Amino acid sequence: MTEAQGLLQELQQIQNTALETLKAVQDETGLQAWRSANLGRNAPVMRIFSRLGEVPKEERPLVGQQANQVKQAIETAYNEYETRLHEAALQNSLARDRIDVTLPGRQPYHGRLHPSTQTLRRIYHIFAEMGFQIYLSSDVETDEYNFELLNMPAHHPARDMWDTFHTTREGVLLRTHTSPGQIRVMREYAPDPIRVILPGMCYRYEQISARSEIQFNQVEVLAVGRGITFSEFKGTLIDFARRMYGENVRTRLRPSYFPFTEPSAEMDIECFVCGGKGCNICKGSGWLEIMGCGMVHPVVLQNGGYDPAEFTGFAAGMGPERITILRHRIEDIRHFWANDIRFLEQF
Amino acid sequence: MKVPLSWLKDYVEIDIPLPQLARILTMAGLEVEEVRLVGLPFPSQEQHEFKFTGISWDPQKIIVARIDEVMPHPNADRLVLCRLNDGAEEIIVLTGAPNLYPYKGQGKLENPLKVAYAREGSQIYDGHQPGQVLTTLKRAKIRGIDSFSMVCSEKELGISDEHEGVIILDDDAPEGMPLVDYMGDAVFEISILPNMIRNACMVGIAREIAALTGKPLRKPKRTIQPVHPSIEGLATIKILDTSLNPRFVVGLARNVSPNPSPYQVQRRLRLAGMRPINSIVDSTNYVMLELGEPLHAFDYDVLVQRAGGKAPTIITRTAHPGEKLTTLDGVERSLDDFTVLVCDTAGALSIAGVMGGLESEVTEKTRNVLLEGASWNFINIRQTVASQRLNSEAAYRFARNIHPNLAKEGVQLGLERMVCWSGGEIAEGLVDAYPQPAFDPVISLSEADVQRHLGIKLTARQVADLLERLEFECRIEEDTVHAKTPPHRTDIGEGMIGQADLIEEISRLYGFDNIPASRLAVELPPQRGNPVQEMEDRLRDILVGLGLQEIITYRLTSPEREARLLALEDVPYIYLQNPISADRNVMRRSLLASMLEVMEQNIRLRERLAMFEIGPVFIPQPDQLLPAEPHHLAIAITGKAHPTSWDRSNSARLDFFDLKGIVEALLETLHIKNVRFQPLAHPYYHPGKCAQVLSGENSLGVIGELHPVIKKRYDLGTSPVIAGEFETGVLRAVMPDRHDTRTVSAFPPVLEDIAVIVDEETPAEKVLASIFSGGGKLLIEAQLFDIYRGEQIGPGKKSMAYSLTYQATDRTLTDKEASQIRERIIRRLEQDLGARIRSQ
Repeated sequence: MTEAQGLLQELQQIQNTALETLKAVQDETGLQAWRSANLGRNAPVMRIFSRLGEVPKEERPLVGQQANQVKQAIETAYNEYETRLHEAALQNSLARDRIDVTLPGRQPYHGRLHPSTQTLRRIYHIFAEMGFQIYLSSDVETDEYNFELLNMPAHHPARDMWDTFHTTREGVLLRTHTSPGQIRVMREYAPDPIRVILPGMCYRYEQISARSEIQFNQVEVLAVGRGITFSEFKGTLIDFARRMYGENVRTRLRPSYFPFTEPSAEMDIECFVCGGKGCNICKGSGWLEIMGCGMVHPVVLQNGGYDPAEFTGFAAGMGPERITILRHRIEDIRHFWANDIRFLEQF
Repeated sequence: MKVPLSWLKDYVEIDIPLPQLARILTMAGLEVEEVRLVGLPFPSQEQHEFKFTGISWDPQKIIVARIDEVMPHPNADRLVLCRLNDGAEEIIVLTGAPNLYPYKGQGKLENPLKVAYAREGSQIYDGHQPGQVLTTLKRAKIRGIDSFSMVCSEKELGISDEHEGVIILDDDAPEGMPLVDYMGDAVFEISILPNMIRNACMVGIAREIAALTGKPLRKPKRTIQPVHPSIEGLATIKILDTSLNPRFVVGLARNVSPNPSPYQVQRRLRLAGMRPINSIVDSTNYVMLELGEPLHAFDYDVLVQRAGGKAPTIITRTAHPGEKLTTLDGVERSLDDFTVLVCDTAGALSIAGVMGGLESEVTEKTRNVLLEGASWNFINIRQTVASQRLNSEAAYRFARNIHPNLAKEGVQLGLERMVCWSGGEIAEGLVDAYPQPAFDPVISLSEADVQRHLGIKLTARQVADLLERLEFECRIEEDTVHAKTPPHRTDIGEGMIGQADLIEEISRLYGFDNIPASRLAVELPPQRGNPVQEMEDRLRDILVGLGLQEIITYRLTSPEREARLLALEDVPYIYLQNPISADRNVMRRSLLASMLEVMEQNIRLRERLAMFEIGPVFIPQPDQLLPAEPHHLAIAITGKAHPTSWDRSNSARLDFFDLKGIVEALLETLHIKNVRFQPLAHPYYHPGKCAQVLSGENSLGVIGELHPVIKKRYDLGTSPVIAGEFETGVLRAVMPDRHDTRTVSAFPPVLEDIAVIVDEETPAEKVLASIFSGGGKLLIEAQLFDIYRGEQIGPGKKSMAYSLTYQATDRTLTDKEASQIRERIIRRLEQDLGARIRSQ
């Protein structure tokens, strides 16, 4: 056997040993020890290089080449092994850091709008897009504005429809509806056309119970102009109902009576709880009453400063609390002003 | 109002299914709230648009039968055995009905009894249980006798609550006929609108159905011929105030005898919600339900007696001072001076249009009846109803304005019914005082009017057709209809009001459903916006973003409730004349007082509460009718400063600076400038932890920690409560419409800290002002990060450490520039406050 053959054989062995021992390496420390043993200055393969001189000149390139290949093979094995080891370490650490994502989150304290405000805003937004702006008037009103100018002189039977809180001052009361605002807005804006909504708190003399409250919000809708027809009145309210209750909601307009509108109507929507089949929310009728409405009565137009021969209009009134109650199946209207945090936090 | 279908069918043909009838009535403004079936089959489930309740009678099992003999029960005194023929076979039926006892042991009855018979397996209501509980008839042995079927009471068949005895049908009831075919019914519960009193009767509803379905209306017909002698000279009428009593009509029935009314009359009255009494009283009630005109029956002989044997004079007048009358319900009533009475020469007989008096009432002994039909001023009747707290079927109708025309029709029909069911005869003629004949307006309406209001094109002919269905007399002149109001309605006005009334009738009959929907085509009005609403909604959004819960409280409160916070005496309030309770008798003056009540209720529910409310308070103004209603914003916070969680705890409590921070953030978001917090003494708050919030010289509100004495008046736990109240109008006034932005610099800032030693009393505000005045434009931020007190700096001193940011927008600052700024700041602090700078 020549010198060269001997070295080549040795190189083969060095490679085999190195790769074999690598298999036993467990961790980073072991790997570094293996590295210095197999690739360090005194590693067997390195020593081969220093022994190249022992080989005849013409065979040196062959042995040198072979030695380089062995060194490279060991290096490659090292790199691969190192990558594998790092990957395993990363996986280990990720596994170690696993948390129980079902533990409760840390919620920051956060505020909410009162449910009535939320419903009011939906109403505002829908009407705003139809060109209706907000007009506010006061809670404490005169009998004149709350009743008389709305076509309800003293002792008018329709006054029975409202149980009124009177103040100790003669002729001053808590408004029973936002309709007095109709007269105020008309008198302020006449003879301009009008498209407004009148939100506000109203009051009724009633025993407080799960179904009735002494104060409640109302949103009145009023449009006055030259040539506003019943057809437009109907269309506008249907548009509103679709925006408020869903594109496909079925509506119906049913004749009713209010002293300040004529024709008067109630708008019903198909019960969204039972889909019109009849349930205890809609009291078996399949319909939910959502607003009283009608064409503005000529006397009211006149009292507002508009000539009924020239102007027509429509009005509608709805209760945001009632809408909220229906949408969220609230069993007791008293929740609204009781402000129990356990109720408010649900909105 | 309860409307039996069978009764309606006397006046109009009805050939549509019940749900459809309910629907067309509802869609014409006669809202059907419920349909109670009394025998008729339930409609199919698909058409379930209305609430149907009640009971259906199986036509195979529940039938008309004949009792030929009533025999004693061998083993029980309280039971009888009936030999009964149900049209197919003879059966012995056992019953305990007391109204059959009189027939016991008479042998074969000369006049067999017609009854409602339920065969084995029938479903009926249990007569012995309260309410309506369905039961199925099963075979049983009662005291040794087989029982499997039943002679029914009204309760068992769902007609009424009557269970004293079995139903005894009229003699002409055909045995063997399914009972449902003989008298199966449905009662429509219809809510009558205030302007539709004309429809508070069977003929009224039938008229609407006729108009809606195109069938003819068959008005009640009279067939009995009045006889001599005439009523003339037997009664006179004196009306003292014709505006209160426009018409008074009487008629006379002679030789009547009060009997039980025919069964079908009794059944109809019961279904309509009235109790049958006897054939005289029943006839007045029946005609009231039929025509809508309340009638009153006087015992004529009692009146003659009161008149000393002469022909009575009926006088209508208002009550004398101190006058009293005992009404039919047995109550002695003190009358108001406006109450109208029907009297005779001996005194008051009845409260006009409301309730009869006890004395002249018809009794079992009555033989001659003077029947009153009248017309009353509806406003006056309303006042009496309100004042006497007395309502009746008659008052309900008269208070809504019954047409005087019905007075005469009512009396005539009433006499007819009375004589028909009670025997006797009708005296010829009526005494009819009608000093104020009703005016039935004629309204002119053009095609253009209809189009302008409804948006649909109808010809004059079409308009007239619709109105004629409701008995308007129409005359067409080119494109205009002149419509005369029919003499049974009082709801049609004159002129433009009458036009609106007709437009309503046209739209109702044409059908709201048939009027197409369209969008507003008119010009958009001038757009004005609502700055108050917009601003307050912005406040709400900001405060919610800052973690506060919005609340809305009662605007009604009491001085005592608010005194817990306000502790002021003689505060003027808006008082209610009729409060619902003593603790809600005024309009609030403070939002905070109500908010503290809400906090109290919630204090144990959460570790932290933070809430706000925006709304009006009510301040009486001596020189004005109405109060001022300025809008306030109230905020209150208490409890933990940071949420606790399962792995972290933090016990810090909210304090003054938390609320101050919220207010600062709010005002900053609104871009309100020159905000200052100035120490203030205020009765609500801790004297050392209270500040007035100012923008320049404008006071925006007050915040502070609730005074311990006040806090003790509430149940508010251990944490301090920090609160504040602002006037939103002032916030809006100082809020700029627009604001400029600062340039965001692209050059690096220079950061450094500075510690300033000042006297303990020096307010932080002054230190900061001094730093900024020294720092000039290049100092863009100064943040306090520590306050130190201790030996190193000496007693009565504090060291305030700020981190300063210098930055230019056009260049990188040099070290030299930075140290110059620092020098200027230090000089300024030294000069202004005698401050020392702590070496670093």
